[in-house]
Amino acid sequence: MTSLVIAEHDNASIKAATLNTVTAAAACGGDVHVLVAGHNAAEAAKAAAQIAGVAKVLHADGEQLAHGLAENLAAQVLAIAKDYSHILFPATASGKNTAPRVAARLDVAQVSDISRVDSPDTFERPIYAGNAIAIVQSADPVKVITVRTTGFDAAPATGGSAAVESVAAVGDSGKSSFVGQEIAKSDRPELTAAKIIVSGGRALGSSEKFNEVITPLADKLGAAIGASRAAVDAGYAPNDLQVGQTGKIVAPQLYIAAGISGAIQHLAGMKDSKVIVAINKDPEAPIFSVADYGLEADLFQAVPELVKAL
Amino acid sequence: MKVLVPVKRVVDYNVKVRVKSDNTGVDIANVKMSMNPFDEIAVEEAVRLKEKGVATEVIAVSCGVQQCQETLRTAMAIGADRAILVQTDEELQPLAVAKLLKALVDKEQPGLVILGKQAIDDDANQTGQMLAALADLPQATFASKVEVADGKAQVTREVDGGLETVAITLPAVVTTDLRLNEPRYVTLPNIMKAKKKPLDTVTPADLGVDAAPRLKTLKVMEPPKRSAGQKVPDVATLVEKLKNEAKVI
Repeated sequence: MTSLVIAEHDNASIKAATLNTVTAAAACGGDVHVLVAGHNAAEAAKAAAQIAGVAKVLHADGEQLAHGLAENLAAQVLAIAKDYSHILFPATASGKNTAPRVAARLDVAQVSDISRVDSPDTFERPIYAGNAIAIVQSADPVKVITVRTTGFDAAPATGGSAAVESVAAVGDSGKSSFVGQEIAKSDRPELTAAKIIVSGGRALGSSEKFNEVITPLADKLGAAIGASRAAVDAGYAPNDLQVGQTGKIVAPQLYIAAGISGAIQHLAGMKDSKVIVAINKDPEAPIFSVADYGLEADLFQAVPELVKAL
Repeated sequence: MKVLVPVKRVVDYNVKVRVKSDNTGVDIANVKMSMNPFDEIAVEEAVRLKEKGVATEVIAVSCGVQQCQETLRTAMAIGADRAILVQTDEELQPLAVAKLLKALVDKEQPGLVILGKQAIDDDANQTGQMLAALADLPQATFASKVEVADGKAQVTREVDGGLETVAITLPAVVTTDLRLNEPRYVTLPNIMKAKKKPLDTVTPADLGVDAAPRLKTLKVMEPPKRSAGQKVPDVATLVEKLKNEAKVI
């Protein structure tokens, strides 16, 4: 049994999601290999080789792999998929985009968003927006898996000393091309890895107010900023801040929800947080049912007061 | 260009499901069922493409029990021209659905297949991508904008860091994200018209597909329960608790 982890990286370094996925791979039993597929990605490959518990790094390099186009990345995985019992992707946008292509071509089922490994062929995963947990078993010869990173501790980023092996890069499919991107640049911790998250809901009323009220609190706490779907739909916050069933899944030490009602779909994205604080002037807001500490107050008063008190 | 829109009948998004006491599954008896919200967005987008003159025909397809017909009639009320039901009472998982859809893609030869990025019941997020791979088509998932011109689709995708735009050759598969569009309200006249639109039924056997499930569900459990929280009277108390009781700041 050997597992292959498809690394999430930016060609220069390995992203945190890869570390949680390595832990999940180790739980499946057997050696763990990591594939770094990118463009001028030697530094990322070197970093992958240092992850504790990784036995080998495979490095495929080419311009056609520069932007993680699913057609090319999936083909790259398939080119080396033989002999692996488990192929794991982090359940990031990239992992979710690519993994099913690999599973379909191998004619095997995919197990999406696993939160636990019970045995090499049995996994736990949330269904119905996390209102139920299913234990599923796969009899397929290869298990293709996406990993809910909040379900697994990050493997230490150093301590490993794996060999890096070059593998031939597959050709370009010719059917897709990268046109451009608008990626937010921020000094804040990444939402899915942050220890503290301050999240705003539709009650903020405007993007100006969202920034005015939420940012100082996030700054004070060194926190990442999240948002409810309603706030994003209304244009108060960009889509990459959305926490929820179909947005980001987070499980920080502390999650502060200001002006968020707590719809099922939002809870799905944050109810595994260690401590949840809700600030809402509606005492009936469903968010209070999951909050460890609930403050029934007008957030426009309470949040600035909180910033001063910290 | 034909546009194929797969739609799934799922538990309505407002329903808070309960786990059965014997842990064999989720209790969906007598629960309200609706079209998967992401698939509704897909139907809307396909109909808009037809209204723009880019698509010539919108075909809705659903796989599952007889009652999926209701979901297909809804799709036709939104504006799909005809519908196909792949009827089976067997549990369908994404790989099987992708194979059924591939058989229909081979038959209908659409220029675009557009469907929701995930179903809100199994939250799998696989079917569109699997179909694309089986049919050897390019894909653009989590679409928040779709523009079709000159045999290509330019799609803006919602990704972890923000937005990304890709160009894919047609035929292709696109999966929809929340902000692609806001589906129109279905009007009564259109509901009535939809009753007369063609709805054909086939079986997996007709399509030559083995639709048996691969994953076995051993158990379905309640998620870990959070212990009851407390209300705090003011900010000062909140800060004190977070520092000394919860020790998170």
